[in-house]
Amino acid sequence: MTCREFIEFLWQYLSKDLSADERAQFEAHLARCAPCVRYLKSYQETIRAGKGSFTNLDDPVPAEVPEELVYAILLSWSKHERR
Amino acid sequence: MITCRDFIEFLADYLARELPAQQHTVFDEHVADCPNCSAYLRSYTMTVKLGKAACTDLDGPAPAEVPEKLLEAIRAARSK
Amino acid sequence: MKPSSPDSDEAALLVGLRAGDQVACEKLVRTYSGRLLAVTRRFLHNEDDARDALQDAFLSAFRALPTFAEGSLLSTWLHRIAVNAALMKLRTRRRRPEDPIEDLLPTFVEDGHRVNPGPDWKEPAEVVLQRQETRVLVRECIERLPETYRTVLLLRDIEELDTEEVARLLEVSPNAVKIRLHRARQALRELLDPHFREDRP
Repeated sequence: MTCREFIEFLWQYLSKDLSADERAQFEAHLARCAPCVRYLKSYQETIRAGKGSFTNLDDPVPAEVPEELVYAILLSWSKHERR
Repeated sequence: MITCRDFIEFLADYLARELPAQQHTVFDEHVADCPNCSAYLRSYTMTVKLGKAACTDLDGPAPAEVPEKLLEAIRAARSK
Repeated sequence: MKPSSPDSDEAALLVGLRAGDQVACEKLVRTYSGRLLAVTRRFLHNEDDARDALQDAFLSAFRALPTFAEGSLLSTWLHRIAVNAALMKLRTRRRRPEDPIEDLLPTFVEDGHRVNPGPDWKEPAEVVLQRQETRVLVRECIERLPETYRTVLLLRDIEELDTEEVARLLEVSPNAVKIRLHRARQALRELLDPHFREDRP
């Protein structure tokens, strides 16, 4: 599941835009899963704090990493390991 | 009474609720009375949101700290 | 076959890393370097500096591995290390003259009104962000901010560190952080205004 799909679902759930089936299914799970309820509550809190739906997301759009850079990093690791 | 210049200069403090109560009220009143500053406020807060969101990878995987069971429940609900 | 949870993947990776396993190390680097390079690039314009900072970040991570706390998230931990590596790199670079931020701030007339206030930005953030061009545009505008101000914006609004922490990292007063942040946001708003105002072509 992508970030976008995850956020969209939660937005729809919180703004009551899901179909009756989807909603029932999801809420059936929440009824028996305390960690998920906790997560959802903290997510709602974050939205209420006005930061919008984009907090809790730390991943930046990834960059292309050239192969020689990967090798350079692995090389410095193996030097470190050999100490 | 404050000018638009004053409003904008102390806008960050106003939004962070770090102004003394009396000043905060003066700022509230200015927003209510001044459509230009009301619009500026809107675009300023939107700028902050846009900055955060634009630097975030929405097409990457769901955030790491989401409980796996929650993701499963969402997938299950979606597949209905 | 049940897909493995991110938790167990990460736990397995950590075991391998702690054992000095080369395969685990390569997996770590390949999994995270894309994201982390994007982070260092945001802070450091120069591509060589960004790559150096990435290397520094991984080296710091290898060294700090014994202190990685169980129950923490590898991605968050690495992300933080990358931000710190980028800041260190900024510190060691010779300061280049910057464009003055004043050029990017809104201007006012004598009676305190804004010059050319212009029309509203009516579309909400959620709508405009659906457009890929918006995200590219915003990132480009952030890049155009002078470095001192861009750094504070990145740390406060993107990384969401608090004022005291940023003050500590940059070795300036909390007040300086607040002033710089506000100016950075104002400047960014001005750069974005032509693209979001209601009367845009």
